[in-house]
Amino acid sequence: MFSLQKLVISISLLLFLPSTGFAVEHLRLATTTSTDNSGLLAELLPPFERANNCQVDVIAVGTGKAIKLGETGDVDVIMVHARSKEDKFVAAGFGVDRRDVMYNDFVILGPATDPAGVKGNNDAAEAMAKIAHSKSTFVSRGDDSGTHTREKQLWQKAGVTAVGNWYLEAGRGMGEVIVMASERIGYTLSDRGTYIAYSDKTPLQIVSEGDKRLFNPYGVIMVNPARHKHVKVDLAKGFLNYLTSNQAKQLITGFRKGGKQLFYIAD
Amino acid sequence: MGYLGESLLTALELIINLDREVRTTAWVSLYTSSCAIVIAALLGVPTGLWLGLNRFRGRQILLALLNTLMALPTVVVGLLLFGLLSRQGPLGPLGLLFTPLAMIAGQTVLATPIVANLVLAAVTGADQRIINTALTLGASRFQAAIQLLREIRFGVMAAVIAGFGRVIAEVGVAMMLGGNIRNSTRTMTTAIALETSKGEFAFGLALGVLLLSVALLVNLFLNVLQQR
Repeated sequence: MFSLQKLVISISLLLFLPSTGFAVEHLRLATTTSTDNSGLLAELLPPFERANNCQVDVIAVGTGKAIKLGETGDVDVIMVHARSKEDKFVAAGFGVDRRDVMYNDFVILGPATDPAGVKGNNDAAEAMAKIAHSKSTFVSRGDDSGTHTREKQLWQKAGVTAVGNWYLEAGRGMGEVIVMASERIGYTLSDRGTYIAYSDKTPLQIVSEGDKRLFNPYGVIMVNPARHKHVKVDLAKGFLNYLTSNQAKQLITGFRKGGKQLFYIAD
Repeated sequence: MGYLGESLLTALELIINLDREVRTTAWVSLYTSSCAIVIAALLGVPTGLWLGLNRFRGRQILLALLNTLMALPTVVVGLLLFGLLSRQGPLGPLGLLFTPLAMIAGQTVLATPIVANLVLAAVTGADQRIINTALTLGASRFQAAIQLLREIRFGVMAAVIAGFGRVIAEVGVAMMLGGNIRNSTRTMTTAIALETSKGEFAFGLALGVLLLSVALLVNLFLNVLQQR
């Protein structure tokens, strides 16, 4: 019994030790995996955190989930990439003060053998139609993310209903979907950043790029404080100002991965 | 060099250098799991003891329920508590979602049935004459129960260790309730899930090796305590 008492006491001490970073103010940011996994936020956030003596808690999920967290008020700010959903979010009164932050683009990836004969076709909708008509394997995110939203818009433009055993809905993050598409020798839609991060791990190649419909803008929105009183208005406002400041712009355009620029600023 | 060898090397490097990020992550894992197991022990040991010593109507149903709870999927616990703790849920005003406290709550729910069940098993396996002897010698019911607990301390320790193993190794609750926030709620397991999703398989596996080492150290520590 003595041993048990000692165990309980020694571990109970842990309960009273402060956990890391309880003292500073926290700003909750729900954002997409593409911004966090690329490493951009690790460069972008520290100057803001230092200047405001705060910590930005990044919750990296798909765009759909990030917007949901904003609606329920579980975060203060969201940064996502699905303009149609963002506008709905603001129009419904869930968010205020939407601002453009940066953009990158989507690319259509496919196997080197290119069974659908898409290569060189830079009309994204036509490329998608070819994939569907040849019934080549296509792996979809299937997770209501910004990429998934864009993919659905492209199918619509291509006049295709994507159903059949060639169409796989993964319900996973971008990285996992690229891996899955490589294993199944199929096509997929990816943001360029994640593809660059994965380019040495996947045999997939870019088969279509450059269409303006593949343009991928990121917006930042503050959760409406009139709806959720606990939203940290001043800090959130400061964060929006920072993200659109020259300092942040320089960090965004200066960010490189594997020697390549991943995000751009719209002028 | 193969993928496995490479990860082992990365793991070794991480353990030797112990960079700040890895250290914080390991600490968050240890901290939340330890808090959870302490609370789970405080709840589970008395429950197991009580169920083992008393006979009453409905006991069988309670036992079946306890056994079922042992099989609680972590994501179900995560989902239920998410609904409770979200700003829209009944406990929303506390603002606990995506904090270490939320993870501790979820892990406590996971560990308590295991501790209770294994303590119950230890009580059932113990020599029940201890209770009667103690009572004849003038002990109260409570003192007798403490005497029994002293007798089955190894079983209790095993229960706590099993519960600890469950919570430090789980990923569902930590991911859903903690949100995998760097330097705040990122645990070893959610970090592994993240690195895998980023395609950093070697780094993920390295963290896995580190997690096992941490678990090994904790168990060695408990062993030392037990032998005293």
